[in-house]
Amino acid sequence: MYEIVEKRELAPGIKRFDVFAPLVARRARAGQFVILRVNERGERIPLTIVAADAKKGTVTIIFREVGKTTKKLGSLREGDCILDFVGPLGVPASIKKYGCVACVGGGVGVAAVYPRARALKAVGNYVISIIGARSKELLILEREMWEVSDELYVTTDDGSKGRRGLVSDVLRDLLEAAAAGRRRKIDFVTAAGPVAMMKAVAEVTRPYGIKTVVSLNPIMVDGTGMCGSCRVTVGGETKFACVHGPEFDAHLVDFDELLSRNARYLEEERLALELLERAAGNGGA
Amino acid sequence: MQAEAEEGVRATKYPMPEQDPKERIKNFEEVALGYDEETAVKEAKRCLQCKRPGCVQGCPVGVDIPAFIRAIQERDFDRGIEVIREKNSLPAVCGRVCPHETQCESLCWLSVGCSRYMRPEARRKLEEHLKRHGVVRVKREPVAIGRLERFLADYELRKRAGAVGTLRTTGGQGGGRGKRRGAPSGVEVAELLCERGKEQRVAVVGSGPAGLSCAYELVRLGYDVVIFEALHEAGGVLTYGIPEFRLPKHVVKAEIERLKELGVKIVTNVVVGRTITVEELLRGFGAVFIGTGAGLPRFMGVPGENLNGIYSANEFLTRINLMKAYRFPEYDTPIRVGRRVAVVGGGNVALDCARCALRLGAEESIIVYRRTEREMPARAEEIKRAREEGVRFEFLATPVRYIGENGWVRRMECVRMRLGEPDASGRRRPIPIEGSEFLIDVDTVVVAIGQRPNAPSVRGLAVTKRGTIVVDEEGKTSVRGVFAGGDVTTGAATVISAMSAGKRAALAIHKYLRDQRWLADKA
Ligand SMILES: Cc1cc2nc3c(=O)[nH]c(=O)nc-3n(C[C@H](O)[C@H](O)[C@H](O)COP(=O)(O)OP(=O)(O)OC[C@H]3O[C@@H](n4cnc5c(N)ncnc54)[C@H](O)[C@@H]3O)c2cc1C
Ligand code: SF4
Ligand code: FES
Repeated sequence: MYEIVEKRELAPGIKRFDVFAPLVARRARAGQFVILRVNERGERIPLTIVAADAKKGTVTIIFREVGKTTKKLGSLREGDCILDFVGPLGVPASIKKYGCVACVGGGVGVAAVYPRARALKAVGNYVISIIGARSKELLILEREMWEVSDELYVTTDDGSKGRRGLVSDVLRDLLEAAAAGRRRKIDFVTAAGPVAMMKAVAEVTRPYGIKTVVSLNPIMVDGTGMCGSCRVTVGGETKFACVHGPEFDAHLVDFDELLSRNARYLEEERLALELLERAAGNGGA
Repeated sequence: MQAEAEEGVRATKYPMPEQDPKERIKNFEEVALGYDEETAVKEAKRCLQCKRPGCVQGCPVGVDIPAFIRAIQERDFDRGIEVIREKNSLPAVCGRVCPHETQCESLCWLSVGCSRYMRPEARRKLEEHLKRHGVVRVKREPVAIGRLERFLADYELRKRAGAVGTLRTTGGQGGGRGKRRGAPSGVEVAELLCERGKEQRVAVVGSGPAGLSCAYELVRLGYDVVIFEALHEAGGVLTYGIPEFRLPKHVVKAEIERLKELGVKIVTNVVVGRTITVEELLRGFGAVFIGTGAGLPRFMGVPGENLNGIYSANEFLTRINLMKAYRFPEYDTPIRVGRRVAVVGGGNVALDCARCALRLGAEESIIVYRRTEREMPARAEEIKRAREEGVRFEFLATPVRYIGENGWVRRMECVRMRLGEPDASGRRRPIPIEGSEFLIDVDTVVVAIGQRPNAPSVRGLAVTKRGTIVVDEEGKTSVRGVFAGGDVTTGAATVISAMSAGKRAALAIHKYLRDQRWLADKA
């Protein structure tokens, strides 16, 4: 049992928990994730470790309530417990001094980019962060990203904050400006967010040959390499994202396959959500 | 009944009642229902109580089979189960899933008269012996040792059922506020990693049959044993792999509860190598046993294998057994099974998948195996049951390509095989026949062609090319204080061989901790 010691709502439907899990907190590194299960009948889902405090023994997670599991999770209160919480899983992010790096995050993907930006900053990189959301209300971690970035760009789909458009648009402009000699060259790009966004980022950097990594989010079960639910094709080879990743070379990832594989259980997810909402409507909790 | 007893020993096993095949493919309840008391006693009376029993030699953990059967004959079931427990820590499991027909029962003198295991001299003696007991028919079946073992184990479970409620088997490594009895929290685990008194403590990595039996022996020898398990539930393959209808999870839970009552502590949600390393464990424990199994799925690497609808056996079974996807949406984990399901492989795992598919509503469930029925490594009883349930077999075939539509698998292209010379495993090697490709329509495919060993990385730990951990006959690895056993040292094998390895290692650990000597004396 893993106690939620602090709960905050970052944006409508986006929550942040600090969970007491000292063994996980002790060894967590940027880029790793946990698998959790809310209750006895729950499914196992992966969530990025946004931050970890070894002294307090807490691990920070951020999630958007999209389906039954994240809704159930979001309904827990401070002091409640999560049934299972295992980690840290996956290979830590590649953190070293590249020079000038761009950290690109979309939606809750910003939560996965934040620990990377922080770690990249800590080893002395010049950090440019580009974060985006559908609209102003849904933008998360802006202040935290500021703290670890030398430059920060914000985009929203509807233009309610920052530039109207996509994070990949900003990245393209920066790369073009750099190519024209108008600003510093970017040496490394790390991105996380919706699959379409990561794919767009990969396409933007590809012509420039800039090393680009993405943090993938396939459907997982065990998270320890035992099932292959999380398999992705990278450079023509099958990889298990939970043990070989979740970070991979963006220019080698088969994003279309990932999109298709992530849609495997759409119908079931819809049904589960519908039943949950109907139960809530009937006065249940 | 009286009349039957006077006929002498019955030539065939007393049948065990089973759920009707037509009914059972609609549910996940246990197929084999077990003997009742009267049948068990009658079956026990078939045993000849041999002076030099063959059966015991066939038992990897050396259970005194005639002694427990005698106890059944005398209706002293408590003594019977005691006899088994002396050597076997998971009788309710073994009684259900051990390949008895190739172990104890294959050496039972009652049947062995027509077996290749007999020397002519022994056969003559046996025939006389059998005649004295009035066994005359030529085709005699062995005593149903497995069913009797299960009978005693179930008797004990039933007896204990009143006392033990349905407990969660685990407590995790978190720590909340309230402490849970039995499982140390994360904080306590961290505190355990200190030198003081470590010679009294042993860490076991993995809670499958190997880890459980190692823990059982060590706790009986007086050690403090902590098992670390990666998943949220203990039991290894018994929990996540073998389906409910063959091995009900309440049976596994009850056996694990028993170990916990003996003092074994189980901490779930700890991936050794990630959450905590073996090197760290060695700081706080006198010895470490690695029983992490062979749980890594194997794919064939043929085109189209990542299409939607294609599962590894491990994913398919884990969703069903560990996550209870067959009860979706009551449970949250989904599984999708189409009308036509093909399972690639020929072992227990493949059969389990094919039978699960039927229960999840598949109209057709086909086993595609590259050899023939004779070479299938699955338990004979399960092949028979699968066939009764309507599983179809496509022998001498293997997939070479999957063809999809909108991202989902629709057809599977196979090639015909023929059998060539025997290979290293002694089975005839399958060879593809050129130009023999054919198509099978499928909505779901399960790849069940074996698993790879799952060794955690430890500095200096020697592993083979196949990924198995190298051990000596006692289970010692190349790292001082670290022992290993079970599927992680042998590759996918059996429950009982894993248990036997766990037990052997426990005794070696005891010797090591007592003598503090790693390498055997040269003298
Ligand atoms: C579907 C299926 C059906 C089978 N049917 C039969 C049968 O009928 N009869 C039979 O005799 N055998 C059968 N087998 C084989 C048998 O189950 C195995 O041989 C046996 O379980 C091996 O035991 P083990 O303890 O070595 O490993 P496992 O049972 O695999 O247990 C290993 C445990 O270690 C855990 N683990 C792995 N890595 C780590 C880590 N780094 N840290 C912590 N924990 C870790 C795993 O989660 C797992 O719980 C079957 C196997 C399968 C998959
Ligand atoms: S060999 Fe068969 S008949 Fe003899 S003791 Fe064993 S079970 Fe009984
Ligand atoms: S989630 Fe099971 S192998 Fe990656």
